[in-house]
Amino acid sequence: MFEATALNARNARIQTLFRLLFGLMTGLLILPVIIILFTLIQEGGAVISYDFLFTSPTDGMTAGGIFPALIGTIWLVAVALIISVPLGVAAAIYLSEYAPENWLTRAINLAIINLAGVPSIVHALFGVGAFVLFFNFGTSILAASLTLAVMALPVVIVATRESLQAVPLAFREACWNMGATRWQTIRRVVLPNAVSGILTGVILEVSRTTGETAPIMFTGAVFFTPFLPQSVFDQTMAMSLHLFVVSTQVPGVPEQLPYGVALVLIAMVLTMNSLSIAFRMYLRSRKKW
Amino acid sequence: MPELAIQTNKLSLWYGDFQALFDVDLDIKQGIITSLIGPSGCGKSTLLRSVNRINERLGYVRIKGSIEVLGQNIYDPAVELIQVRKQIGMVFQRPNPLPLSIRDNVLFGHRLHSAERGSKSAQEEILEGALRQVLLWDKVKDRLDSRATGLSLEEQQKLCIARLLPVKPAVLLMDEPCSALDPTGTEAVEELIWQLRGQYTILIVTHNMAQARRASEECIFMLLGKVIEHTPTDEMFVTPVHKETADYIEGRYG
Repeated sequence: MFEATALNARNARIQTLFRLLFGLMTGLLILPVIIILFTLIQEGGAVISYDFLFTSPTDGMTAGGIFPALIGTIWLVAVALIISVPLGVAAAIYLSEYAPENWLTRAINLAIINLAGVPSIVHALFGVGAFVLFFNFGTSILAASLTLAVMALPVVIVATRESLQAVPLAFREACWNMGATRWQTIRRVVLPNAVSGILTGVILEVSRTTGETAPIMFTGAVFFTPFLPQSVFDQTMAMSLHLFVVSTQVPGVPEQLPYGVALVLIAMVLTMNSLSIAFRMYLRSRKKW
Repeated sequence: MPELAIQTNKLSLWYGDFQALFDVDLDIKQGIITSLIGPSGCGKSTLLRSVNRINERLGYVRIKGSIEVLGQNIYDPAVELIQVRKQIGMVFQRPNPLPLSIRDNVLFGHRLHSAERGSKSAQEEILEGALRQVLLWDKVKDRLDSRATGLSLEEQQKLCIARLLPVKPAVLLMDEPCSALDPTGTEAVEELIWQLRGQYTILIVTHNMAQARRASEECIFMLLGKVIEHTPTDEMFVTPVHKETADYIEGRYG
């Protein structure tokens, strides 16, 4: 009565087949990540040393370290964050909590999504036109970070808006029905519960801007400077551009050097991501629903 | 103090083109529990929601006539909506505590509506007072800082009532406050509502005929957007005046 029929057996075989197929796809997906990390560590690991991290390049970039580029990238990302996070979060709050449901709001949302699809080289040219020339910031950290910020804004806005909308409407209604204003509702109930999601957007932004090359190479990053930036109006080296330069532009670079630069770049992104993820998990655990 | 808490005059309401209320004239007495009964879609929830003006958040609602609460028309342009919401509290079908601690939930309204926070001890007093009034104090006094959403549904609903009390509202509106609860919870919350009568004017929408009978002093029967009958509860359930009322309470439709 309970024995498997031929049909059962066939269905079971098909089901196994699909499980294997999907598992294989997942394996294929993580394979490149593993290979990249493995290669970088194998080839570039030997290059990493205290001197590599904390000295300037020497001998026409074929020797020495990456310190100015490391510091430069931190400047670029930090300034871009300072600009884009408040702006993006504010815009997302407006769009999610205040804006009426009409064609204008929908048009703005659509524009933001489209902005995310603009190629980075286009952002770069926009940055040259707007920040370097029109606002006359010159090629500087400020111009480069502004360009990065414009590029990262859609990510921050979309992530923030989504995490705001994930806060159940019932909470807002409860507040409004006690006579809370919109802002009191946002400040006391909506934002505290959306912070972890907003942080996800910021993590994405950090990862993305750290690695971007095109938007900064015309607006603020330079091939080489022995000086560390003193203010946002200085030019600076950057990790991503440095990697490009030592890989393709300078003759006579030891084969392992670019791998070392790439390894540090990836390590920076991964470290920042892990820190933010840990922070996010801490915030989530405090969530009260 | 006027004797009437809520007075509607020729109140009609439309959702877009659909008319949900027709010339509703009601005089709801102060300090008692009045229940609103009627089949689904009869307009009882609509009426309830007009009394603290949460209907208007849906942009397509239109209203004619007036609703006076304690002698003042709440649809008057000079009326501050925030004050309406403060004076007229609302309890929902599904308990909706905020994702905060029990303490912050109870003090939420108080903090919204008082210019200064008040001393720690004053706040504690308010907290204890409100929780005692809803018969929750003994259960939660040792975990005031744990999350409110971890309470049972019955306790959550009591908490939702408790958080209205510190701002001393004149009227409490309740939209089927027990329908998400199990029988024990229903009984407990009903008992609580019964205890609050006298201190607050309570208007309660219910689907549950037995509940209306047990837990209200006056009863309003609505049908298709009109008020059919408004009498003391005992009379309505023993000697209904209209045939529709009799049919409904005997379960012939609804």
